[in-house]
Amino acid sequence: MTLTAPPAAATALRRRPGLRRLRLLGGQGPLFTAALLLLAALVLVAALAPLLAPYDPEAMDLTASLVGTGGDHLLGTDQSGRDILSRLLYGARTGLLGPLLVVAVSTVLGTGLGVLAGWRGGWADAVLSRSMDLVFAVPGLLLAIMLVAVAGSGMTAPVVAMAVAYTPYVGRLVRGVARQEKARPYIESYRVQGWSGRTICLRHLLPNIAPTVLAQSAMNFGYALMDLAALSFLGFGVQPPTADWGAMINEGQSAIQQGAMLPALAPSFCIVLAVVAFGIVGEGIADRIAKRER
Amino acid sequence: MTTDRSTLAAGHGRTADAPVLEIDRLTLRLPDDRAARPLLDGVSLTVAPGETVGLVGESGSGKSVACRSVLGLLPARARTSGQVRVAGRDVLTMGRADLAATRAGEVAMVFQDPRASVNPLRRVGDFLTEGLRATGVPAARATARAVELLGAVGIRDPRGALRRRPHEFSGGMLQRVVIAAALAGDPALVVADEPTTALDVTTQAEIIAILTRLQAERGTGLLFVTHDLELAAAICDRVYVMYAGRIVETGPTTGLFDRPRHPYTAGLLSCTPRLDPGAPAPRPIAGRPVSVAEAPPGCAFAARCPYAQPRCTQEVPALTAHGAGLAACHRADEGILP
Amino acid sequence: MTETSGLAVRGLRKAYGDHVAVDDVSFTLAPGSSLGIVGESGSGKTTTVRMLVGLERADAGSVTLDGRDRSAGTRRGGPRRAERLARAREIQMVFQDPYLSLDPRITVGGCVDEVLRLHFRLGPAARRARVAELLDQVGLGPREAAALPRALSGGQRQRVAIARALAAEPRVLVLDEAVAALDVSIQAQILELLTGIRRDAGIGYLFVTHDLGVVRHITEEVVVLRHGRVVESGATDRVLGAPEHPYTRLLLDSVPRRGWDPARIAGARAAAGGPRP
Repeated sequence: MTLTAPPAAATALRRRPGLRRLRLLGGQGPLFTAALLLLAALVLVAALAPLLAPYDPEAMDLTASLVGTGGDHLLGTDQSGRDILSRLLYGARTGLLGPLLVVAVSTVLGTGLGVLAGWRGGWADAVLSRSMDLVFAVPGLLLAIMLVAVAGSGMTAPVVAMAVAYTPYVGRLVRGVARQEKARPYIESYRVQGWSGRTICLRHLLPNIAPTVLAQSAMNFGYALMDLAALSFLGFGVQPPTADWGAMINEGQSAIQQGAMLPALAPSFCIVLAVVAFGIVGEGIADRIAKRER
Repeated sequence: MTTDRSTLAAGHGRTADAPVLEIDRLTLRLPDDRAARPLLDGVSLTVAPGETVGLVGESGSGKSVACRSVLGLLPARARTSGQVRVAGRDVLTMGRADLAATRAGEVAMVFQDPRASVNPLRRVGDFLTEGLRATGVPAARATARAVELLGAVGIRDPRGALRRRPHEFSGGMLQRVVIAAALAGDPALVVADEPTTALDVTTQAEIIAILTRLQAERGTGLLFVTHDLELAAAICDRVYVMYAGRIVETGPTTGLFDRPRHPYTAGLLSCTPRLDPGAPAPRPIAGRPVSVAEAPPGCAFAARCPYAQPRCTQEVPALTAHGAGLAACHRADEGILP
Repeated sequence: MTETSGLAVRGLRKAYGDHVAVDDVSFTLAPGSSLGIVGESGSGKTTTVRMLVGLERADAGSVTLDGRDRSAGTRRGGPRRAERLARAREIQMVFQDPYLSLDPRITVGGCVDEVLRLHFRLGPAARRARVAELLDQVGLGPREAAALPRALSGGQRQRVAIARALAAEPRVLVLDEAVAALDVSIQAQILELLTGIRRDAGIGYLFVTHDLGVVRHITEEVVVLRHGRVVESGATDRVLGAPEHPYTRLLLDSVPRRGWDPARIAGARAAAGGPRP
């Protein structure tokens, strides 16, 4: 028989899994690209904050309280005379590190539990799913506040609480897709071949559901950023004088009464921008998956 | 089905002999990055009132694209030339309002998967009456008509069925509902795209029985798209065979199946596993159907054709008259086929 | 139970809640022969073979291959590794949808190679040679071996699925509607390929299908299922030529052909009790 080849370029691209994975991040339109670039810039800024920041973010200068924009301080100073730009740049570090930890822990835990529940089914599924529902029912912020009450404020307690609170989001999603994937003939064919459930999950099921999990994690990153900022704003999170967007909004509140909007507005703007960007990236990846599956 | 259906159409209020569907040299292209060849290449096809016309082909033949064009449903970014005239008017150049009116009144479509063509959340009654209500029929009349239609497609307790939702029906029963909805506007033409492919054989027989009976009673033209040659042979008056976007052969069913002129038609017939005792084992056609990424010069079937000559890969054969039908093969008159 | 060669299925049963999907199904498959399992959707034909390959657990009944019991040890937690592998080498399966039955991330060659690594102790060179041999057997070359499934057509993917199943060197191959999703011209190619493989390898086929035309050409014996029960079984020529059960006759009459009268069949179907609600 004659075998007619598909277009060579397409095959070459498809033969390289690495390239294929990159395509997951490309070709989504200008909005997606802009969001992706913004996030890359944010990471860069966080990493290079000590080089980029014109001032020490924690250095107070009460003589230079609430200095306006331009001049020596590009974005002005806050009530304690600290440089707002420098605080924003350093704030990107705590702003990203916290959600990163939350997302990493909740993704690993949620994926593990979700796959276990979805693959095993039966009583294992029942126990795991009900436990996740239980955690789901407790608001994350409440959990954080309780934990802070026990362990004291700072970064650790809110991050642990959020990681726990976000796990069921990932877990429920993963359980669903794992169940779906388990019923697909390609997974069943591995069972018929005699592979153990563990090998099938690790080698075939997980890599195939990974993009879905990735999409959810990107969105969770944005939400976690917002939640942690909210905790800092409420005074349960990162403590002054450490630069943190949420804490900055809190401290900036009183300046608003004195007519200075920027100390509170600048960090708010950063939070909104980051959350929206993560949302767009997450949704873009999810769209991509939906398209690929069609 | 031996009734002369053209006489039945007379009472339908339309001219008896004017075709209800005329596809005239329809060519449909996608942008170059999506397809290397036209999805449809000079396709011409007619359906007369009361006639059952089969459109047969494999995947990528363009049969589904062709039949969807009848409702003005075209793939995104498609460019067309030629005409698709329904009851004399070209649907490709129609405005939105005219198109909607045509879909509501002149043409109805029955798709392969009934579950995909019915809103799962709405009651069957709403699904059946919405088209009628949209054209200004009062609610009570629309309901009465829906009951009558459900009865006609053999649904027991039609009044009760109106209140039920799609998931309460089996696939076969739901396809009956879809057929009832298709007939609600009393269309001149029904386009059925593989309407029984997703159903069991015994259910298929029932659905076909209903479809052909109602069509004969009402003098509706039926364009029946299928990959199943035996099914087309069983119910169609005439058949068009498509390959790679072109009509390769057409003619009255009996002649076409008894004495195919195109090697592709002959190949399709001999590779279908037949049930009758003594039927030979299916003989495969080498190779595979032409994908949209390939644009072979000359006859698209040449690469798979056991009778191909050098000129077959150079010149596109024209669709010319042979006996009672048309065939697009350079060697159609040579008697090469057994 | 006597020592029988080949596959013997006795009294297989599976219920989902109140719904009995498979009810007391028995049949035998002699080594190297081909048995068709025929029925409409909901007849239990797919559930039956899924129990044979271990994708579903039977409620009752036994499955033996050459007298060796396959149903033992399928208790909770699944069988142990050695048992699992031994069973996989007995029966393999080709699924219906070629677009869903291959891992999209794994090349064609890799997908066959995995089976060899699991079941046989072969060096890399020997494995490579065997992969090429298996792919060649189903009409695929080195170019396809390096490709990912998405670069292949449906027919080519089904060839890969067949090569992968053959890699375990099974005694019995279950083909679950394995040609139903293919174009008719490709379907004939795959049927011819399967006929050749059975002739050469002496492997037994369990051919699950709704298509009686296919059954007639690829099986020697046939079992007709309806609502989970066997209504008729016997030599294919006899069952299709002179059916004894009215349901078999209805199935045969329902197959479209010229001079076919669907209205009469619809009547016969109503008489035969119609579909289950």
